[in-house]
Amino acid sequence: MLGLGLIAGGVWSGQNLNPLPIDASTNAPIYDELFKVLFTIGIILFVGMLGLVVFSLIKFRRRPGDSGDGIALEGNLPLEILWTAVPAVVVLFVGLYSYDIYERMGGMQPLSHGGHNEKSIEVEQKIWGGIGSKETSFTNSSDKTISPLPVEVTAMQFAFLFHYPKGDIISGELHVPSGQPVTMKMISKDVIHAFWVPEFRLKQDVIPGQTTILNFTPTKPGRYPIICAELCGPYHGGMRSTVVVEDPDSYEAWFKQNAKEEETPLQS
Amino acid sequence: MTIVSSTPNNQEPKSLQPKGWLKYFSFSLDHKVIGIQYLVCGFLFYLIGGALASAIRIELTSPVSDFMPRDIYNQVLTLHGTIMIFLWIVPVVNGAFGNYLIPFYVGARDMAFPRLNAVAFWLIPPAGLMLISSYFITGAAESGWTAYPPLSITTPAAGQIIWILSVLLLGGSSIFGGINFIATILKLRRPNLKLMQLPMYCWAMLGTSILVVLSTPVLAGTLILLSFDIVAHTGFFNPTLGGNVIVYQHLFWFYSHPAVYIMVLPAFGLVSEVLPVHCRKPLFGYTTMVYSIMAIVVLGLVVWAHHMFTSGTPPWMRLFFTIATSFIAVPTGIKFFNWVATLWGGKISLNSAVLFSCGFIINFVLGGITGVALAQVPFDIHVHDTYFVVAHFHYIVYGGSVFVIFSSIYHWYPKFTGRMLDETLGRIHFVITFIGFNLCFAPQHWLGLNGMPRRVAEYDPQFAFVNQLSSVGALLMAISTLPFLWNVISSAFKGPKAGDNPWEALTPEWLTSSPPPVENWDGEAPLVVEPYGYGKKEDQQHSEVTDQSNDFEKTMQKK
Repeated sequence: MLGLGLIAGGVWSGQNLNPLPIDASTNAPIYDELFKVLFTIGIILFVGMLGLVVFSLIKFRRRPGDSGDGIALEGNLPLEILWTAVPAVVVLFVGLYSYDIYERMGGMQPLSHGGHNEKSIEVEQKIWGGIGSKETSFTNSSDKTISPLPVEVTAMQFAFLFHYPKGDIISGELHVPSGQPVTMKMISKDVIHAFWVPEFRLKQDVIPGQTTILNFTPTKPGRYPIICAELCGPYHGGMRSTVVVEDPDSYEAWFKQNAKEEETPLQS
Repeated sequence: MTIVSSTPNNQEPKSLQPKGWLKYFSFSLDHKVIGIQYLVCGFLFYLIGGALASAIRIELTSPVSDFMPRDIYNQVLTLHGTIMIFLWIVPVVNGAFGNYLIPFYVGARDMAFPRLNAVAFWLIPPAGLMLISSYFITGAAESGWTAYPPLSITTPAAGQIIWILSVLLLGGSSIFGGINFIATILKLRRPNLKLMQLPMYCWAMLGTSILVVLSTPVLAGTLILLSFDIVAHTGFFNPTLGGNVIVYQHLFWFYSHPAVYIMVLPAFGLVSEVLPVHCRKPLFGYTTMVYSIMAIVVLGLVVWAHHMFTSGTPPWMRLFFTIATSFIAVPTGIKFFNWVATLWGGKISLNSAVLFSCGFIINFVLGGITGVALAQVPFDIHVHDTYFVVAHFHYIVYGGSVFVIFSSIYHWYPKFTGRMLDETLGRIHFVITFIGFNLCFAPQHWLGLNGMPRRVAEYDPQFAFVNQLSSVGALLMAISTLPFLWNVISSAFKGPKAGDNPWEALTPEWLTSSPPPVENWDGEAPLVVEPYGYGKKEDQQHSEVTDQSNDFEKTMQKK
């Protein structure tokens, strides 16, 4: 009975308590789904163990005047098997489930930088890490509006620079149209930095000497912080930028205003 | 029934060893003196590391960087991490309690290599002083305790080199200790004492020492290469010279993840000693406890890359380390269920030692749950390098290991000094520590999920209130040290006499006087084949001298 109540409470709090910031990319709702499951399991386990410990301390406390020993119980094989098997099944489930989540986020996709698929030299370059993208197809550039927006990110002490190859724009803020897949190629000029947007639930280290790739699709217009998450020097805490997610029209206006060449921003 | 002395007698002429308190400042070869040296020395470094933590929390009471200059802040956080890990938790859970208890537990009169043991301890004070003095002389290292290149190559070299030298000395000390523990546990056991009759702390130390011996040399090699990059401008990890910064991370975490188990496995062992005594019950599931320690040792060696999920790691590697890391939860979970089962049906004295042990169980379960979550790549990608991780590992190393250190001090202080600690002060210490700790670190989970990265001196204004809450918790933790300090100092002089065995425990260290004689026992070492035989009618197995045929029968019965 208590166990059922505990599970019900855990499921309720997993569904109703959400400590996360708003979800502003296609990744974020998938992440939040995983978070809810982990949070539910975590609450059940933690409250259950807390309850057992506190209950034992009260129930089995030494009464005054009693100087005897407890029961000489040295073990119980079925119990040991139970609490080996149940956690094993739970972590196996969590592991497979998070693999599924990771797959849906695009984590298992081969990494390549969409904007350069025609320049074979760029594609041949070894990519060391990052997150691929599921909904974009890099091979077919004539594929309607879905082809991703390439951005080259340069991180340095203590700033991010965003270069848009299509309009040759260099910007200190990242402007992206909502609903448009973005593929970023990230390099660092000096030490290791990390590109993190909490509202996108995405983070990738920016590593000197090794290119990393990060793909995402923003969904909700707004201004979100870009945070450097890897200790990079004295001003690490101040290494911030902003990602501006705009609706496609205002993005186009921004692009036209800043582009060096007359070119349509979205390859349509 | 001839009983052969289990250890060669210590040949050192005793008259050359200083007497009284002076022996704690000498190159003593007595494992008990060395244990206390580790403990007190570690605690002094804990006070320094705690002062640095307070400085960090003061800086973080406001969103802007206003308490200290930014580069000093980075030096402070580097020193805080390095001191707490290498000078407090590792030396104390391994060196202090290991040296004091292991020879008792195996029925020996000292460690296998007493001189090596003394050398291992005496490497620590100079290494620690060197590390701390670098702050005043050249400026300390400022690249975090992880010292990731290229940051560690580009920051001022003097502080970084002193940091490397100091960690190398401490690593050497740790390796010497590990070799000594393995040799003592495997080779100095009293005749007729089987491995599966040893107290659980021996198994924990055996597992830990295997990790120390296998992984610490990798850290040493890595740091030597890093120092070449800094001093001789080689290019192992320097990308401008063609080096690879990710290789450093692999090598570093190959030591530094097992280092987590080097900090918590001995703590697991100590809890397994404390709980049965005060619950008056046998340790539940001895055999599974042993196997789960060894499973943690094996798995602990193959999970290091979960610290690098957002680095340059290919997808397959992310996946492998997710699964391997998740499975560490299974043997760890077994240990926790067994401890709860040990509590169940006992007659628990709610004293300070038990309170801290149960605080450990609660804190560590939370740290373990967030640990399994962090092992999942997609989860980690959001919260890696944030305050969520800070909260997680403080729940493991403070809520886990440090709570156990306090629990163990309350448990073994009567043995160390022959006097009892004040129980009321102990409970006050526990309550303030438990509340302060949870107030300090629980809110940091939220900070991390919502966008506060770690190792920053400034942050977004919306995080100010929660950070102030956390700082209040840190203040409580600082205050909680005062009743403890007063308790251990005043009780050493004025505490009531403890007697030999105030807890009526069955493990061998309690079957001698408090404090014990130099040779540990006046006569032969007792043979304890059931260190957790509480509640059994035939309570004679811990008598001073046991008939061997009787032992044989008992061991057969156990099988």
